[in-house]
Amino acid sequence: MAKENVSVWTSIPFWRRSAAWVTGFATILLIWLTFDTLGQISMGTDDDLQTKTRKRVPAPTVINYHIDYKYDRKRGSEVPVVGNKEPFFGKEWSVDEAAELLHLGKLTSQAKNCMNCHTLLGNGAYYAPDLTKAWLDPNWEAMGYFGKPTKEEGIAYFLQHPSENSIHTRRMPNLGITEEEAKGLVAFLKHMSSIDTNGFPRNFSKATDKSNVGGTYAR
Amino acid sequence: MLASIKTNSLTNEGQKLGMMYFRVAVILFGAQLVMGLIAAIQFLMPGFLFEIFDFSVARMVHINALVVWMLYAMIGSTYLMLTDETEHEGVGIALGKLGFWILTAAVTVVVLVYIFIQVGAGTEATIWFINEGREYIEAPRWADIGIVVVVLIFYWNVFATYLAGKQTGIMTVMVANLLALAGLYIAGMFFTDNISMDQFWWWWVIHLWVEATWEVFVGTLAAYALIKLIGAKREIVEMWLWIEVLMLFGSGILGLGHHYFWIGTPEYWWEIGALFSALEPVPLIAMFVHVLYDWGKEQGIANGKGEEGNVIKNGPAMAWIVTNAFGNFLGAGIWGFFHTLPQVNIYTHGTQFTAAHGHLSFFGAYATILIGMIYYGIQRAYGVERMKSTFKSKMGIFMITFGVMGMTIALTIAGYEQVLVERADLGATWNAFFTAQDLAWYTQAQLWRAIMGVVTFVGFIYLVWDLLTIGKAAKETQEA
Repeated sequence: MAKENVSVWTSIPFWRRSAAWVTGFATILLIWLTFDTLGQISMGTDDDLQTKTRKRVPAPTVINYHIDYKYDRKRGSEVPVVGNKEPFFGKEWSVDEAAELLHLGKLTSQAKNCMNCHTLLGNGAYYAPDLTKAWLDPNWEAMGYFGKPTKEEGIAYFLQHPSENSIHTRRMPNLGITEEEAKGLVAFLKHMSSIDTNGFPRNFSKATDKSNVGGTYAR
Repeated sequence: MLASIKTNSLTNEGQKLGMMYFRVAVILFGAQLVMGLIAAIQFLMPGFLFEIFDFSVARMVHINALVVWMLYAMIGSTYLMLTDETEHEGVGIALGKLGFWILTAAVTVVVLVYIFIQVGAGTEATIWFINEGREYIEAPRWADIGIVVVVLIFYWNVFATYLAGKQTGIMTVMVANLLALAGLYIAGMFFTDNISMDQFWWWWVIHLWVEATWEVFVGTLAAYALIKLIGAKREIVEMWLWIEVLMLFGSGILGLGHHYFWIGTPEYWWEIGALFSALEPVPLIAMFVHVLYDWGKEQGIANGKGEEGNVIKNGPAMAWIVTNAFGNFLGAGIWGFFHTLPQVNIYTHGTQFTAAHGHLSFFGAYATILIGMIYYGIQRAYGVERMKSTFKSKMGIFMITFGVMGMTIALTIAGYEQVLVERADLGATWNAFFTAQDLAWYTQAQLWRAIMGVVTFVGFIYLVWDLLTIGKAAKETQEA
């Protein structure tokens, strides 16, 4: 431009510099927050579980513990509660075994494309129920664990035979999930239910309590 | 079939390559709509193609075709404007053409595997060769690497041409933004057992694409298009572009926080995500004002000079770009703001609300302007001075816009019902989910969504028909 700008507000260099500064500042802030968040969402250790140190994402060995999702007055929302030890598929899993099982489960969840029907932590598709707290869903008990002695065995059975055991006309298809993969998936679901999601999904425990006392929607 | 979009009048190899990308983009757009229709029918009739072509498959191809056709059209648009902006014929375009064929072959293989193999065993091999099972970026790892290589070739074309030629403000933004866009893809290329960590980085790709770098990309396209279509003044357009970059990145980068409310990440993201994502509509209003203002101004100047007729050199392209200005604000801005605050999002997260927003925002913010660029490409390819809208152009834009709007409203109603019944009242369990899915408010809304999907598809047929014929007709009119 031949003429000098009359005002800074119509000056391209001014806006270019401002854009660069704002973008740079936002990026630096995001990177700084990312470092903090990554520290907080790294998986805890088995020691954390034994010493009852709360982690947002617990160690894979959390599958050896009873998990609940209860209203916390101080936080004003529901939070996962890691309770006493309970057997998982009839045994206590060592650190390595639990990690391996969770690894298999997470891989399977991706290989079977769960996320394109279900939501996980609320993200995915909206064709099938959210899986964030699926391990804690009162419906497993209401369905009598499909005749299996424990919840984990019931869920594993369902995952291997979904289309003939669905509770709705919108059925889950048979995805060729093997017995081992089903175990892994159940571990993955149990682990996910122990993640501190800041109270998402809300009101879930209310529905669970209602169901347990034979409330309206306990079928 | 699309060979009839001829490139006879183009002498520049980069622009011919751009047209090649556009042709594939249109085919993939069609595939996206067909898959969407299948998925919409499955909501109404769950037995439809059950255990043959399940919802998960239809939906995966639906959203992947969406992302890929948009990337194709974005690359095509960049090749189209590269020589115009840099006044340089283009560096390494022959290699770029090789990249095009590699990418297209890879996309074909990936889609065939999605459709015919669908799922694999729970092993690393599935992640490498079948699909990664992560929404939007399901492409298996081998394809990820291939995509990165092809994108590097494309980026080298753009960057080397930029360095060798004239460096306009528009191209400076383009070059910087494309680097960020391409680099972000790498954040989605690793496996972790930790689902929170998985989703944390996954959003770096998805959010920082569609709510930051893609939006800036749209800003550069609109800037270029306004100069070309209505003769807007470069100084003003570039000033606006820098203001848009400032506001888009200023709000969009930290707006990433609105995806970190419930995935295991700390509570401070509530405040950061709410504040910055609430600011995200601001640049979209600015973009809307900018397009309409410049249009009115240029027309006013022309009228003042006593010139006859309107200043628009490409009717359908301009119509789509104005639709973009409004659709971006409405779909991304308003429909995004609806559920961006954590107090609301705790109930709406993962409901049909998200689907409603997704449909209108991808359409309004991206599909519209990219279709506009395809029309502009056709004008160049046939070497016509003025391209007026035909009946088919009008039917195309009207039916597609009306259809997507209808789907959005239907899904919003479904989402509203789902929020109240499943989330607020019944507590998001399996029974709560299905109780809400079975209520008439929901099922009727899903029926309307399917009907509006058909309307969109008919509009698409008009669009393709128009794309195939408008250039030739305009050329004949010009020569007559």
